[in-house]
Amino acid sequence: MSSDSSAAGRLDRRAAVEQILAERGDALLVTGLGSTTWDAAAVGDSDQNFYVWGGMGGAAMIGLGLALAQPERRVLVITGDGEMLMGLGALATIAVQSPGNLAVMVVDNELYGETGMQHTHTHFGVDLAGIATAAGFASARTVYTQSDLDTLCASIYQAQGPLFADIKVSPERHATVLPPRDGTHLKHRFRRALLGDEEAGALAGRET
Amino acid sequence: MNDRSTPAETRHWPEAIFEVLKDASIAQIAYVPDAGHARLIELCHADEGMRAVALTSEEEGVALLCGAWLGGARGALLMQSSGVGNCINMLSVVQECRFPLLSIVTMRGEWGEFNPWQVPMGQGVASALGNAGVITEFVDDADDIADSVRAASELTFNAFRAVAVCISQRVLGSKVWK
Repeated sequence: MSSDSSAAGRLDRRAAVEQILAERGDALLVTGLGSTTWDAAAVGDSDQNFYVWGGMGGAAMIGLGLALAQPERRVLVITGDGEMLMGLGALATIAVQSPGNLAVMVVDNELYGETGMQHTHTHFGVDLAGIATAAGFASARTVYTQSDLDTLCASIYQAQGPLFADIKVSPERHATVLPPRDGTHLKHRFRRALLGDEEAGALAGRET
Repeated sequence: MNDRSTPAETRHWPEAIFEVLKDASIAQIAYVPDAGHARLIELCHADEGMRAVALTSEEEGVALLCGAWLGGARGALLMQSSGVGNCINMLSVVQECRFPLLSIVTMRGEWGEFNPWQVPMGQGVASALGNAGVITEFVDDADDIADSVRAASELTFNAFRAVAVCISQRVLGSKVWK
């Protein structure tokens, strides 16, 4: 291993997520349960963020359904290594569908942060980017350094997907920043921001 | 290979379901293959207005269709009864957010079943789906299937509910082992 892959030299998760989201424009965001939701909320709440507070293993697939429904919009999934490991089959399913507008970003601290900082499989060498590559993602990489992250950020919103990145971050914990958590509220505000009249019609009882 | 002892007069229900799904503007079909759904899956793949998404496990389909609804698209999940158990925790997302979710389940582990390993999950479908907040209807007459799916679709997308239509092996024909 290079020195860059040791915990001491690793990227800060909050700074990495902030940098990724800085250029998001009108991209739609799905976050996984736990730390990646707090990270996105710390950057700033948005009606076009859908925080998945449960359904562990489902974030990438929610991103796929959204990406297929909105092929003109860039869809970004930011989730944790533990959440991704619970739904590895999604990487195969996404690669087969090959949505050009979907990027799956794993913020990988090699730990289950919400349950006592136990090691995940990535700590023992399981290579998520390797799995995504083998599944057939258009691009998949592991990000260790600031330079790697800069290169990634230059392509997330432009390159033909599906894109995958496993971003190795330090185990440091940050303050928990809580976004809204009522599921129906998150759903409605997301749809209203994205679909406008269609969602307003549904809420008003009109046929849409 | 036709591995089902299917009565001749009941063979057209997959086409009838397909027409119902088209009428309901279903755009995404998520499925794990099942012999009972084979014809319907073929029809969905052949339709340019539908995106048929093969899954590695049924819970992926639950999450997929949550994302589809967020993006303004309707979907349906096709699976065998054994897949119901794979969906349970992901159905908590559906219930918490009140996502509409239409599922069509082909049953194993009941009428005429030969394989004892199919029985526990098949017999558990009604209580498992009920516990997960899914409104569940069982159909054992081929002539009722299309109407049941149509009504389930209306309940799903007009009343914003999770609804499953479970089609019995009495209709599908029990798998022939020889």
